[in-house]
Amino acid sequence: MGLSTTRLGLYNPDKPLENRITDIGPRHFWEFFPPIIKRNYGKWKYHRILEPGVLMHVSETGEKVYTVRCGAPRIMSAEYIREVCDIADKYCDGYVRWTTRNNIEFIVDSLEKVEALKKELQSRKFYSGSYKFPIGGTGTALTNIVHTQGYIHCHTPATDASSLVKALMDELFEYFQKMVFPAKVRISMACCLNMCGAVHCSDIALLGIHRKPPIVDDEVLEANCEIPLVIAACPLGAISPAKTPDGKKTVKIKKERCMFCGNCYTMCMALPLADKEGDGIAVLAGGKVSNRISPPKFSKVVVPYLPNNFPRYPEVCEVVKRILETYAKDARKYERLGDWAERIGWEKFFEKCGLEFTEHLIDDYRLQYDTYRTTTQFKFTEPAWKASKAVGGL
Amino acid sequence: MVEFKPKFEQKEIKYEEMRIYTDEELHNYTEDEVKDFKCKHDISTVEQLESGPWPSFVADLKREALHRKRLADDRVMIPKDVIEDLLGQLEVSFRDGETHWKHGGIVGVFGYGGGVIGRYSDMPDKFPGIAAFHTMRVNQPASKFYKTDYLRTLCDLWEFRGSGIFNMHGSTGDIIFLGTNTEQLEPIFFELTHHLQQDLGGSGSNLRTPSCCIGKARCEWSCIDTQDMCYELTTYYQDELHRPAFPYKFKFKFDGCPNCCVASIARADLSFIGTWRDEIRIDQEAVQAYIHGEIPPNGGAFADRDWGKFDIYEEVINRCPAQCMYMEDGKLIIDNKECVRCMHCINVMPEALRPGTDTGVTILIGAKAPILEGAQLSMVIIPFMRAEPPYDNIKEKVIEPIWEWWMEEGKNRERVGELIQRQGVRKLLEVLKVPAFPQLVKEPRSNPYIFWKEEDVPGGWERDIKEFRKRHPR
Repeated sequence: MGLSTTRLGLYNPDKPLENRITDIGPRHFWEFFPPIIKRNYGKWKYHRILEPGVLMHVSETGEKVYTVRCGAPRIMSAEYIREVCDIADKYCDGYVRWTTRNNIEFIVDSLEKVEALKKELQSRKFYSGSYKFPIGGTGTALTNIVHTQGYIHCHTPATDASSLVKALMDELFEYFQKMVFPAKVRISMACCLNMCGAVHCSDIALLGIHRKPPIVDDEVLEANCEIPLVIAACPLGAISPAKTPDGKKTVKIKKERCMFCGNCYTMCMALPLADKEGDGIAVLAGGKVSNRISPPKFSKVVVPYLPNNFPRYPEVCEVVKRILETYAKDARKYERLGDWAERIGWEKFFEKCGLEFTEHLIDDYRLQYDTYRTTTQFKFTEPAWKASKAVGGL
Repeated sequence: MVEFKPKFEQKEIKYEEMRIYTDEELHNYTEDEVKDFKCKHDISTVEQLESGPWPSFVADLKREALHRKRLADDRVMIPKDVIEDLLGQLEVSFRDGETHWKHGGIVGVFGYGGGVIGRYSDMPDKFPGIAAFHTMRVNQPASKFYKTDYLRTLCDLWEFRGSGIFNMHGSTGDIIFLGTNTEQLEPIFFELTHHLQQDLGGSGSNLRTPSCCIGKARCEWSCIDTQDMCYELTTYYQDELHRPAFPYKFKFKFDGCPNCCVASIARADLSFIGTWRDEIRIDQEAVQAYIHGEIPPNGGAFADRDWGKFDIYEEVINRCPAQCMYMEDGKLIIDNKECVRCMHCINVMPEALRPGTDTGVTILIGAKAPILEGAQLSMVIIPFMRAEPPYDNIKEKVIEPIWEWWMEEGKNRERVGELIQRQGVRKLLEVLKVPAFPQLVKEPRSNPYIFWKEEDVPGGWERDIKEFRKRHPR
């Protein structure tokens, strides 16, 4: 029996419980493994990256499996997936996989197939000239950017996501296809502080931020929101109960206390923060999740705000490229961006990257003490002389 | 050969039996026609994203829009022009610098509290196709391997009953169906469960859809069966995944080794990370091959730049965070009891070094993004635990006691990592019935404010002031 083609298919609205199947979970993974993967499960001995985007895994059984990795937009159409399927049917016996970072992997069992597959993938372009399946993203190349919904499908964003990723990957495309960084580089993008993309441990994180406190929609607040929950939602206690002149219950906001986290809006539709002039993008740098050499660490805010210059965000692209190229030139082999910044000192990071250090970058939230410089070990850079001069020390 | 079995018999999906659309319907346009396709709305800003080498989601969405437009009216169950409306609204959002999706909207399928996220446009008159445009989360197979029969069936289903737009994948790992109306939610759920034997994922204050790295399927470093563990715990905790009973969201993620490719340590309330407790396996001949430049370091990850000759001291031995490696008589020696399993030496010389074979998981707890009290990484709570099916030790000794505590004590929208901050790691140890161990912390406390308990102190806390005054008159 095939998929239903009537309006409600198998669902009978008069008897919604009839024939309802629940709690069956995902399809089992094993049926989706290509036979060569099944045969060599748990027996992989080592791997090599033969060229950017092409991996070879060698098994104890002597078998070799080749993977061609392609970048993909996270948002994709049924037509795009069908095209992926056409390629997978032609070269990979109908198997394909996606990576955690939105790349597509085509897996084959011979080098000849790799060559044919590569040719096919490289030949497929959109009418506009964009690659459909650019090959790369392995080793010390830049890999695909993970991101969130943005204006495409979210109610809380402070910027758009798909467009920023497209603009940035166009700008950094050569680095996707060339393994020239000192270590792996992970860029992640989340369009508001809710961070459903969990970008907070990335080499570069791009984060949509608000800069104007919420507007209180007195007319509808009481009817739509639980006032005690709204008040409790503010981590800084900036929200308190109030009444409108005509006696409606509402809330008022101590605007100078607002840190623009948007948690109140998550709890209450009557407190929107979004604003054309207020919203924009913060750039964070130096995070990682791997335990390699140094422990995982958070990304740090290095540019507090850049404008939402749709659709190609030239300011963001320029800054990210500048940071990455400075890192590429200056860091030692195996050094992640954050390890490099820590070795040279963050003051040097700002100097070398030509980024301005402003008061916005000094933590003044919960764990600020941990970020204070409690040693005389630091390097002199221009802003230090400027500060010294300002108090007559020079 | 190893083989893993599903919990329920999985019927094979054959696209030819499942399909909705004919070949003609599937090939109802050409690339040239897409080029000339004019969206019904002005999308001139959005169209600036068509050019450039990276795959253009705009070009892709336009072809889907044209494809839909050419299908017969009764061959799609939601408006044919939803994609044009979506692009039109994106254009307006770019111009306004603000989103046009309304806040919230509670919709779902009967009996589930998650898996569907309501979404409504605030410009329904201008963009009626996307007036109601809900998301459905479809629980992805572990590690995201697919067969094309399954994917093509999913495409037909979603094009017929929804927008035909996907996210592959959402941040948590689900296949995302992006945009359908309320009427089609139940029919889609029925098609998924009956025909594709496929359930929805999590959303809201539920267990969220667990995810894992590629594991032993194609990685030599994985110390655990990440897919099996992910599948087992996902299916075992279906009730927690579909019916919200928690203070807030809860995530499991499974990484096969400390490289953490699925970022469990940063993103999961419970991070399961494969590890070993015996010795790193060494092939001394291969070590020599690296030293003599016969094998490229790090699997060839640095190949497009001249980093000079490989130097085992500079690149491996001196970079070891535990300083537990040295060369002796031309052999690489690792003092394994000093090793912290950071993976660096193994990453650099995969053909010479391999993780040990006495494997299990290190379990960490509490990672989250910054909302509200600040971002947290997971902290170590179980240094080593066997991870063998059906993982009863992990379910009964770790997951369930933590949930019980969190459901009892957690405040509304408090992640478990925040509860630990509020009540202390000592409380967590009581919950887990685990004695304190130094690996829990980076360093011991520096303040002396120890919460001594009465039973810690001889004689207890009750004292008589009169007795005290006998010794110390006022």
